Amino acid sequence: MPSQRTPQRARRTWRSESFRGLIYQVLALLAVGFAIGYLANNTVANMAARGIQSGFGFLTQPAGFDIGESVIAYQSLDPYWKAFLVGLLNTLRVALVGIVFATVLGALLGIGRFSKNALVRGLCYGYVEIFRNVPVLLQLFMWYLVFTEFLPPIFDPVSIGGLFFLSKNGFSFPVPVWSTGQALAGLGALIGLFIAVVYRRMVRRQFELTGQMRSMLLVPGTIILTMAIGGWLAGGAPNDWSIPKPEGFVMQGGASATPEFLALLLGLVLYTSAFIAEVVRSGIASVSHGQVEAAQSLGLSQAHSMRLVILPQSLRVIIPPMTSQYLNITKNSSLAVSIGYPDIVSIANTGLNQTGRAVECIAVIMAVYLTVSLSTSAFMNWYNKRAAIKER
Amino acid sequence: MRTRLYSLAAASLLAAGTLATPAAHAGATVDAIKQRGQLVCGVSTGLAGFSAADSQGKWTGLDVDVCRAVAAALLGDGNKVKFVPLTAPQRFTALQSGEVDILSRNTTVTMSRDTSLGLTFTGVTYYDGQGFMVPAKAKITSAKQLKGATVCVQAGTTTEKNLTDYSRANNLDLKPVVYDKLEASNAGYFSGRCIAYTTDASGLASIRNKEAKDPKEHVILPELISKEPLGPAVRRGDEDFAAIVRWVQNGLLEAEEYGITQANVNDMLANSTNPVVMRILGKSDDTGKWIGLDKEWMVRALKAVGNYGEMFERNVGPNTAIALSRGLNNLWTNGGLQYAPPIR
Repeated sequence: MPSQRTPQRARRTWRSESFRGLIYQVLALLAVGFAIGYLANNTVANMAARGIQSGFGFLTQPAGFDIGESVIAYQSLDPYWKAFLVGLLNTLRVALVGIVFATVLGALLGIGRFSKNALVRGLCYGYVEIFRNVPVLLQLFMWYLVFTEFLPPIFDPVSIGGLFFLSKNGFSFPVPVWSTGQALAGLGALIGLFIAVVYRRMVRRQFELTGQMRSMLLVPGTIILTMAIGGWLAGGAPNDWSIPKPEGFVMQGGASATPEFLALLLGLVLYTSAFIAEVVRSGIASVSHGQVEAAQSLGLSQAHSMRLVILPQSLRVIIPPMTSQYLNITKNSSLAVSIGYPDIVSIANTGLNQTGRAVECIAVIMAVYLTVSLSTSAFMNWYNKRAAIKER
Repeated sequence: MRTRLYSLAAASLLAAGTLATPAAHAGATVDAIKQRGQLVCGVSTGLAGFSAADSQGKWTGLDVDVCRAVAAALLGDGNKVKFVPLTAPQRFTALQSGEVDILSRNTTVTMSRDTSLGLTFTGVTYYDGQGFMVPAKAKITSAKQLKGATVCVQAGTTTEKNLTDYSRANNLDLKPVVYDKLEASNAGYFSGRCIAYTTDASGLASIRNKEAKDPKEHVILPELISKEPLGPAVRRGDEDFAAIVRWVQNGLLEAEEYGITQANVNDMLANSTNPVVMRILGKSDDTGKWIGLDKEWMVRALKAVGNYGEMFERNVGPNTAIALSRGLNNLWTNGGLQYAPPIR
């Protein structure tokens, strides 16, 4: 009898919204899958028909080109994958340093927007409006131009106390010669960090139980420093420095940051910090004034009410858009190639041209940015969960 | 941001573009060009003497003339060419995907390019070698003195690898600063960021004489560190079109050998009794038939751009701002390397 349907059957008819939804989703997935498969298959077939060689086999072949600056040891006979790794590390280097500087500068600027001093307020406002409204590529070109046009010539570097040198070759500075002492100092600092974390937990628990407040910064800081110095002394207190020394157009010894790196870093930091300032400002503004008044009526000092009441609440608003800004720094670093910094895009471009593997090299670039961006997102989401309201 | 994303997008689009067109059958390119009424020619973004646009947007140069000659032979008019400026990393993808019919862009013929990129090189229009340029005040007289120097170089060229090979072989520890655009690498060198600039010697001459504030402030070092035979390329799989380009190139050379010029081609056509000249100009044998064209294909090409020697003198020769001597690019009869198989 048609009138007596089981509920089970009813769910599988076109009248069921959820069943229709499922069908549409499956169809959409199939369509996308088919389209991708068709395109990929067609590309491979056409490339084969034209005698264009393809595949990732080239990654293990020697790259054969030099790279201007590298974090790890690299020479031209190393395989392509290692050249790509050098590019990736160069990208990460500028992105990580950039994120740290942009966050600090952006937070200061954002807080500065609430200053009681009109000049500070105005300067912060002016900074944000100028730097976020000029395209970042132009800013990069400008800084690079400033560095390459106005720095002293390579033959004639300006010296600061015989230790630091500035020329069109970049900024050269002394670095300690690595030995066991430095390693032990690092180890000591790590142990100190662990003790400091334990100490902070203890202090916080005591504060929650008794309301007694003890130093949360000074004592842990001292612990870390003492342990680090202890490690350094235990290693024999090594104090050898490699000091840069100009010889003709080469800088011997020390370490240096090239104008390309500096221009890229400066451009990215100034541009992104303007956005971060706005994120921080909106975060602080989102905490209702009643919270400030409540903190004051409890007798909290201004610093305490900022640290204990306002910032934790504003963080919830700040973190998600901050993630986007961090992703922007990483992705905008791909503009490096226009000012000659060997980032992953620059290296992959060279690889693309040497091998003719256009599809593969673009795929490598995309995979790299996707991985880096998703990792950044995952970390920020984790941090966001920690800062989010604990609903009970 | 724009430029970077553009070239990325362009590269991936071009890669995707390969799938839109079905595999080429013989003659497809020639048919497409005839139907379009225009030859699409990939050139550089601006290298004076080889391919550069003037203020009116008119392209001139040795590489440009090759395209004009092909267009004249194939379409009857040397101006029926659309020039597409390409950066070095873009060029092969543009040709592979069919965005341009012919790549005439000071491109070095190498084994890997000829065999693994789906291209066919049709000959050599300029025999070149890679060199170095340094500021005169650096008092450097040999590339061997460049130990530890920074060297400006353009991305996506054979230059990068040659530089590395030379650096290794001579223990020079050269530090490349790689820019993605010719303009950026020029600016990098002229600002003093790099001690030296490296590219093909002809390119160095062009940059020194056209881009430097005072050409005398820069010297080109005597060492040539590589062989750079530059020539046009077409897509593989269309032998008909490759043959047309190849024989137009050979025709331009042979015309010089037998004294046919832009000025006297009509006169030669009417009066010459030299059998070779009569063959080149299609008066005796119908040479055009063999490559699917009419009798007067070479006449039109010569009227459009003149013979190879005239092209050279007009664009890069000693009387131009580029001031290159014929050197290796002299005809074999004058002690050079330019030797065309006979049109017969």
